[in-house]
Amino acid sequence: MFQARSFTKVQELVYEMKVKQVMTEDVITVRPETPMRQLREIFLRNRISGTPVVEGDFLVGIISLEDFIKWLYDREENSLIESKMTRDVECLFADEPLVHAVSKFEKMGYGRFPVTDRQTGKLVGVITKGDIIAGLLRKLEVEYIEEEIQRYRASHIFEDIVADRTRLVFEYDVLGQNFEQAGECSSRLKRTLKRLGLDPTTTRRVAIASYEAEMNLVVFTRGGRIVARVEPGRISMDVKDSGPGIADIEKALQPGYSTAPQWVRDLGFGAGMGLNNIQRCADEMEIISSPGKGTHLKISILTGDDGEAGKNSREAQSSSSDRQ
Amino acid sequence: MRLEEVREILDAEVLTGENLLSREVTIGCGADLMSDVLAYGKSGSVLLTGLTNNQVVRTAEMADIVAICFVRGKKPDEKTVNMADSQGLLLLKTALPMFESCGRLYKHGLPGVSECGE
Repeated sequence: MFQARSFTKVQELVYEMKVKQVMTEDVITVRPETPMRQLREIFLRNRISGTPVVEGDFLVGIISLEDFIKWLYDREENSLIESKMTRDVECLFADEPLVHAVSKFEKMGYGRFPVTDRQTGKLVGVITKGDIIAGLLRKLEVEYIEEEIQRYRASHIFEDIVADRTRLVFEYDVLGQNFEQAGECSSRLKRTLKRLGLDPTTTRRVAIASYEAEMNLVVFTRGGRIVARVEPGRISMDVKDSGPGIADIEKALQPGYSTAPQWVRDLGFGAGMGLNNIQRCADEMEIISSPGKGTHLKISILTGDDGEAGKNSREAQSSSSDRQ
Repeated sequence: MRLEEVREILDAEVLTGENLLSREVTIGCGADLMSDVLAYGKSGSVLLTGLTNNQVVRTAEMADIVAICFVRGKKPDEKTVNMADSQGLLLLKTALPMFESCGRLYKHGLPGVSECGE
């Protein structure tokens, strides 16, 4: 439960990464005929508590601090590693996913596993729990930096583009009378703005305004188009349709005034709040409409220099007075 | 309040988004009128509603709502659940009616929209 999201990311990496990506390649090894008494010096000098035993390139056993202590206890002064080492060694292959290593550590309780090449059988490294943690942290850091760079690039697009005037235009076609798909255009617009790295409050205002406008197209017309323009300092939207038009714009702007049919009301809309909501989100709004000639709704939302919302304080004020 | 607590308090069933239960929710909002949610809902809210069509999920998406709990034992159709799933939105379902659902959360200290400056 705790920090479910980052945990999922690590889980993902554990499946994605291979043992060879985190293992230590420069392995300190000993030979079967090395005397046990030399182990103390090898362990101390390299700060390790166990090491693979190899003949040529091939693993023949593993010897640990525990074996060393046992040897001390047995007082067999002249024994060789050969006689004290563990022979049936549990290994991992270099190309195994990291998750195998994790579960093996959990199951067997050992401090390290030798890593061998699946084809040649040769020893290629050693892996400890510390290696796994360090490897995961390295990978997370790299991915984090990449993500940051991407986010930076997206949010500074206007600084990076060299032109006297820059404007990004996104067009969406809205289907009329299709409640199933209603909102999809606004959803796509919102995702696009997020991707551009616009600040969340601005993005939310644009999305809500666009969604209400889209609902109007779906409910009252046979379809229309939403054109959103993103430029430095502002986002503007033009919502056009060739539907029935609005006879009395002033009346349409009154909260609670609605001509929506019952089926729309049953779906949680059509309560005469749409245009008011758009107005609340927008810094500028204009409606050009006449009966039979369709409607053209123009909205502007101002953004600060670095994409911060321009209407934060005003929005907070108006919403507090709305609630009185 | 964490969403896991919301689930417990409302004795609710998770319809999708089990992995989001560790997230925080700061405000509660109860409404059947989506335009009201769009007007007064705050980002980071949990929405309690008796409406189960796909526009509830769309509304949540636009308004940055983190979780929806359907009250009175209402259940959305599969399409709506899938839409929520693809957006990383937690869907809950409780048998409690609207008033009691809101009341329980409020009693446990979850504030409403008028008590939270954005």
